[in-house]
Amino acid sequence: MLKIWSMKQQQQQAENAEGGGKKKKKVTAAQLRVQRDLQELTLGNTMKMTFPNPDDILNFTLSIEPDEGMYKGGLFNFTFAVNQNFPHDPPKVKCTQKIYHPNIDLEGNVCLNILREDWKPVLNLNAVIVGMQFLFLEPNASDPLNKEAAEDLRSNRDAFKRNVRASMAGGTVRRVAYERVLR
Amino acid sequence: MATAVIGSSGYKGRWNHLYKVLSKPGPFSDEDWVPGQGTINTLESSKILVIGAGGLGCEILKNLALSGFKDIHVIDMDTIDISNLNRQFLFRQADIGKPKAEVAAAFVEKRVKGVNITPYVGKIQDKDEDYYMQFKIIICGLDSIEARRWINSTLVGMVDFENPESLKPLIDGGTEGFKGQARVILPTLSSCIECQLDMHAPRPAVPLCTIATIPRQPQHCIEWAHQIAWQEKRKDDTFDSDDMEHISWVYNEALQRAQHFHIHGVTFQMTQGVVKNIIPAIASTNAVIAASTTSEVLKIATSCNPYLDNYMMYAGEEGVYTYTFEAEKKEDCPVCGNLARKMDVDANMTLGEFIESLGEKAEAQLKKPSLRTEERTLYQRFPPQLEEHTRPNLRLKLGELVENGQEIAVSDPAYTIDFRYRLHFK
Repeated sequence: MLKIWSMKQQQQQAENAEGGGKKKKKVTAAQLRVQRDLQELTLGNTMKMTFPNPDDILNFTLSIEPDEGMYKGGLFNFTFAVNQNFPHDPPKVKCTQKIYHPNIDLEGNVCLNILREDWKPVLNLNAVIVGMQFLFLEPNASDPLNKEAAEDLRSNRDAFKRNVRASMAGGTVRRVAYERVLR
Repeated sequence: MATAVIGSSGYKGRWNHLYKVLSKPGPFSDEDWVPGQGTINTLESSKILVIGAGGLGCEILKNLALSGFKDIHVIDMDTIDISNLNRQFLFRQADIGKPKAEVAAAFVEKRVKGVNITPYVGKIQDKDEDYYMQFKIIICGLDSIEARRWINSTLVGMVDFENPESLKPLIDGGTEGFKGQARVILPTLSSCIECQLDMHAPRPAVPLCTIATIPRQPQHCIEWAHQIAWQEKRKDDTFDSDDMEHISWVYNEALQRAQHFHIHGVTFQMTQGVVKNIIPAIASTNAVIAASTTSEVLKIATSCNPYLDNYMMYAGEEGVYTYTFEAEKKEDCPVCGNLARKMDVDANMTLGEFIESLGEKAEAQLKKPSLRTEERTLYQRFPPQLEEHTRPNLRLKLGELVENGQEIAVSDPAYTIDFRYRLHFK
């Protein structure tokens, strides 16, 4: 390789002298991957995305409106923050509302395996979004983040359902006031 | 510099052993290699950039200086902490709080006469391509994947096929406890860091639910205090892992939780380790890896011996084991798999017309592309909200949307790889 260097050295200097200005910023690997992931999403009619700054595709919100299951009729909002290390790092997802759900705590943290321990760079945003949708169809009592909600789900499914309805209407469940999320 | 005479710098005889290697061919040296003063001059005039002046960086700087390099630059954004002193031997207690790059440079310059080390205190991202262009070889001892990916994609992007000087070999060293690796990357010619990204196993994470409900280990209690308790009780403070008060707070919360669950073993040190993700650094691992990476720099700079092709792993947990193999280039690597191609376009063409022309191009045939620049979403077909927002761009002229020479990235569902074009206005 050094041989090539020395051979071409003079030639280059001439070229460099006439060479154009600075190169512009390159699209980052994370941006490129998100561009592709977004294009390949299947949102259906239960999900909608909004981009506060359309030029920044790494930050957006996802609204889910389950059309079946216990959470039917609600409108749930999540913020997605994708960092430059994506897809090595998973996106950071948070619920912006205070909701009653065994796998979502009162601060909006979400317990979904592929958002943490089972994240792999081959997974894409669609996988995450499908996972999020699944949480509303099948809340999971064995991986609780909101312990009370999980206990309710385990011990008395009907009471849990009633609590979900009450909480979604902005009611109080076990002395915690929830946000109204009905559309 | 170029006029140096054998034996002229340093104490008498310091470089004798080095000169033996550089003054006569060895069993593995290339047949066409010409040993002697010319090679020594090349070595002394090679400008080398060291990224990182930490555990590996200290070793690398010392090794390079003692290998006869005379023009070394070092870049590091960090300051010296008391916990560095056990292995970062260029630093002393009085240096605590000072920038690593400056202290390391001054120390080695003082110790090895005749070497010039230029420090830069700051982030690698502060510097542009012109800065990186001045070096012959770049060697890094970094601790983050993010910084590696950045320098990797910068160096790949700098390669201009008409200018061999623009190809900067990147020698990357990394250590974690008793394990380490050294690799030689010839941007665009051999497998790059992005190609090898899958080899880094993501840090094993504990499910949030375990942390929230049934902690089993002291670490779980610390994670709980760090991630959940902090958010609940100190929402308005941004957690800073270097702030002692913050660490103490997390430690106390974790301790209480551990007592509640009858878990033993939460210590202040462990708290610090968990929240900062510290894996104890081993001085000897750093020494082994730094030695390997610096000898690659010496070999590439002087051509005296064949260089590593291209990955050496080192495992020192049980005995000493190393394995060398050639990591392969990934066809669909987002950084080096599809390099930006130059495309001449008319600045008066609208974005819509341009997209249409992409569909007609024989080599591309991009029928449903989404496109962007680094700072702007030009056109995104899905999801609908973005499509609506970017649709008006279709009527704008290219000259209004991108700058001359700017790179655009194009994704199309018909292809598994993405395309990059550098647009030049006719």
